[in-house]
Amino acid sequence: MTDNAIDVHGLVKRYGRRTVVDHVDMTLAPGRICGFLGPNGSGKTTTLRLICGLLTPDEGTGTVLGQDLITGHDIIKRQTGYMTQKFGLYEDLSIRENLEFVGRIYGLDRLHTRVDAALDRLGLATRQTQLAGALSGGWKQRLSLAACVLHEPRLLLLDEPTAGVDPKARRAFWDEIHALAATGITVLVSTHYMDEAERCHEIAYIAYGKVMARGTSDEVIATANLAAWRATGPGADRLAPMLTNAPGVTAAAAFGATLHVCGPDPAKVEAAIAALHPNPEIVWERAEPTLEDVFIHLMSLSTDNAGDG
Amino acid sequence: MEFLSRLTAIIRKEALQLGRDRLTFAMMFVMPIMQLLMFGYAINNDPKALPTAVISADDSRLTRGIVAALATSGYFALTHAASSEAEANALLQRGEVQFVITLPSDFTRRLVRGETAQIAIEADATDPTTTAGALGAVTEAINEALARDLTGPLSTHNARPGPVDIVIHRRYNPENITRINIVPGLLGVILTVTTVIMTALAVTRERERGTMENLLAMPIRPLEIMIGKISPYILVGAVQVVVVLVTAKLLFNVPILGSLWLLALATLLFITGNLAIGFTFSTIAQNQLQAMQMSFFYMMPSILLSGFAFPFLGMPAWAQFIGNLLPTTHFLRVVRGLMLKGAGFSDIATELVSLAALLLAVSAIALSRYKATLD
Ligand SMILES: Nc1ncnc2c1ncn2[C@@H]1O[C@H](COP(=O)(O)OP(=O)(O)O)[C@@H](O)[C@H]1O
Ligand SMILES: [Mg+2]
Repeated sequence: MTDNAIDVHGLVKRYGRRTVVDHVDMTLAPGRICGFLGPNGSGKTTTLRLICGLLTPDEGTGTVLGQDLITGHDIIKRQTGYMTQKFGLYEDLSIRENLEFVGRIYGLDRLHTRVDAALDRLGLATRQTQLAGALSGGWKQRLSLAACVLHEPRLLLLDEPTAGVDPKARRAFWDEIHALAATGITVLVSTHYMDEAERCHEIAYIAYGKVMARGTSDEVIATANLAAWRATGPGADRLAPMLTNAPGVTAAAAFGATLHVCGPDPAKVEAAIAALHPNPEIVWERAEPTLEDVFIHLMSLSTDNAGDG
Repeated sequence: MEFLSRLTAIIRKEALQLGRDRLTFAMMFVMPIMQLLMFGYAINNDPKALPTAVISADDSRLTRGIVAALATSGYFALTHAASSEAEANALLQRGEVQFVITLPSDFTRRLVRGETAQIAIEADATDPTTTAGALGAVTEAINEALARDLTGPLSTHNARPGPVDIVIHRRYNPENITRINIVPGLLGVILTVTTVIMTALAVTRERERGTMENLLAMPIRPLEIMIGKISPYILVGAVQVVVVLVTAKLLFNVPILGSLWLLALATLLFITGNLAIGFTFSTIAQNQLQAMQMSFFYMMPSILLSGFAFPFLGMPAWAQFIGNLLPTTHFLRVVRGLMLKGAGFSDIATELVSLAALLLAVSAIALSRYKATLD
C-alpha cells in the first residue's frame, strides 16, 4: 500500500505478437503533474488506457488511487477523469447537454448547479445551447476537460489534450491544469510539446513501449549526460546539414541564426566540429543540452535496438 | 438508484440524438409507407403437401377413395383425423392445418341413390397464394376417384353431371385478397429491416466517432448501455407500427379482428428482440459499413424464410427450421392470427413464448459479447 496516486509496475500490453507497452513502471505522487512524452505509436495512449481500466494488462500489477488496478476498476473509474485523444463528447449534443449527460452517468447531485458552475468557469454560459460540434478545437478541448472534472476526480489522465490547439488556448489550458493540481488532483498528461513538458513537475519519456527516462526535466537532462555546443556567426545555421549525420552527433539544429549541436560523447562532437571547414567568423561555445536534445537522443537509442521488436 | 440515473442518462442522450437525426426520422415514416405501396402484388407459387384435417362421418370404400385421391394429388397431407367440427376448427385457428375436409354421414348413401352428395372443404385463406393451387386440384381429384370407384351398377351415376357438390369455404379472408395477407407480413418485414439496423448503427457509430472510449471510461455497465440504447428505438418501432396499421386501414381496409393489447405485446417483444439482434451485430462489426452489411444479411432469411415471401408450410424442413429461429416468423404468425383471424391469447401463446425466448437468448449473447473495455 502506497500513498501514490499511481503506483503500477511491469505493465505489459500486447496486440498479437507486438508488445505495445513493455514492462512500464509508473509512480506518481498526489498533486503532481507528470508529462508523458514519446514519439507517435510509442504506447502513451495504451498506457493511459491501462491505468484507467479501459484495457486489461497482459502482465503487471499495481494500484491506482489506492485501488487494485485489476479488481478495482469500478472505484478507480469513479475517481478518475480520462480525456481521450480524439474528442470524446457528442457533437450532436449541445454543450450543456454533454455536461449534463456526463453528470448523470456519474450520478451527481445538484447537477444543474454543477453544470452552471462549469459553464461559468469555461466562459461558455452564453453558448451553452450550441452544439458541441460547432466549437473550435481549443474550445472542444476545454469542454472535454470541464466534462472530465465535473465529478471532481482525484486523478486526471489527459491524452494529448492540446494537440492542434493555438498557443493562447494552450496557455489557458495549462493554467487550468496547474490550478487543478493545486487543489490536490494528480495529472498524467501526454504531449508532444517541449514547452508543455517543461511546465510539468516531472516527465516520463516512452519509446517503443519502454520508459526511457523519468524524473524532473532537470533530472532527465542531467541523467542523459549530453554535451552541447552553440555556434554563432554569419552562416552558422547553414552548417546543420554537414553535422547532422556526423559520427557522434545526436542532433544539429538551427535556431534562427545560431546552431545547436549535441551528442553523448564530447570528444566525438568536438571532432565533428573540428572536421568542418575552419571559419574564424563562427564562434563555438559550450551550451546547456535541452530536453529536446535528450528526447532525440533517446529516440535514436531506441530505434537502434528496435530491430528486434 | 445509480442504475436508474445512468440508464436515464443514456436514454435521454439517445433520444436527443435521435431527434436531431433527420434521416432516421424520414426512415421511420417514409419507408413503411413506401414499402406498403410497393408490395401491391404477391409472389405466385404453388405449395404442396399442406397439412389437412379430415372429418369423416362416413367410412366407406367411396369416401376412402376420395380422401386417397386428394392425398395423391400432392396438395393435401392428411395430418389430422378430427372427430368433431370444434376440434378441426381449433386446428385451423392455431394454424396447424391449412384445410379441413368434411365428409357428411350421408355421403355414400346419397351417391348410391343417385342424389348429389356434398363434400365440404374449409380453407385457411389468410394467404390466398397458399390455398389457390390446392383448391384448384380438388374437383379433378374427386372426379378421378369417382370414375375409379363407381363401377358396376353404380357406373351410371358417373354419366350424370356433378354427383358430388364441392363446397369450398374460405375462412379469414373470404374475398381472397392477397393484399390483406401482405399487410401483416409487411409489418414484420418493415420492422425487421429498420429496427435491426438502428441499434447496429447506433453502437458502431459511437465506436467509430471515438465517443465509446469516453463512455467506457465512465462508470457505466454494459447492461445499462444496452437497455439505454435500445429503449428509445422501441418507441421508434412503435411509431412505425402505428404508421403501417393506419395506412393499411386507410388504403386497403385491412381489419384488426383480435386484441390490440396482444398486438402491442407481440410487437414489443418483437421490436426489442430485433434491437437486441442489432446490438449483437454492433459488438461484432468494426464500423458502420459492416454493421449495415450484417443487417442486410440478416434481412434475407427474415424475408425469405419467415413465411412472408413463401408459404411457410410449403418450405422444406431445413428452411422451416431456420425460419423458426427468426423472430420475424413468429411475429408474422401472431399478427396474421390477430389481424385476420381474430385469434385469442391461447391461439398465439406459443408464438409469444417463442418471441420472448428468442429475445432473452439474443440479449444474453449481446451482453456476453459486449465488453466494458477496449480489449
Ligand atoms: N487496438 C489495437 N490493435 C492493434 N494495435 C494497436 C491497437 N491500439 C494501439 N495499437 C498499436 O500500439 C502502438 C501504440 O499505440 P498508442 O498507445 O496509441 O501510441 P501513442 O499514443 O504513443 O501514439 C501503435 O503502434 C498502435 O498501432
Ligand atoms: Mg496516442
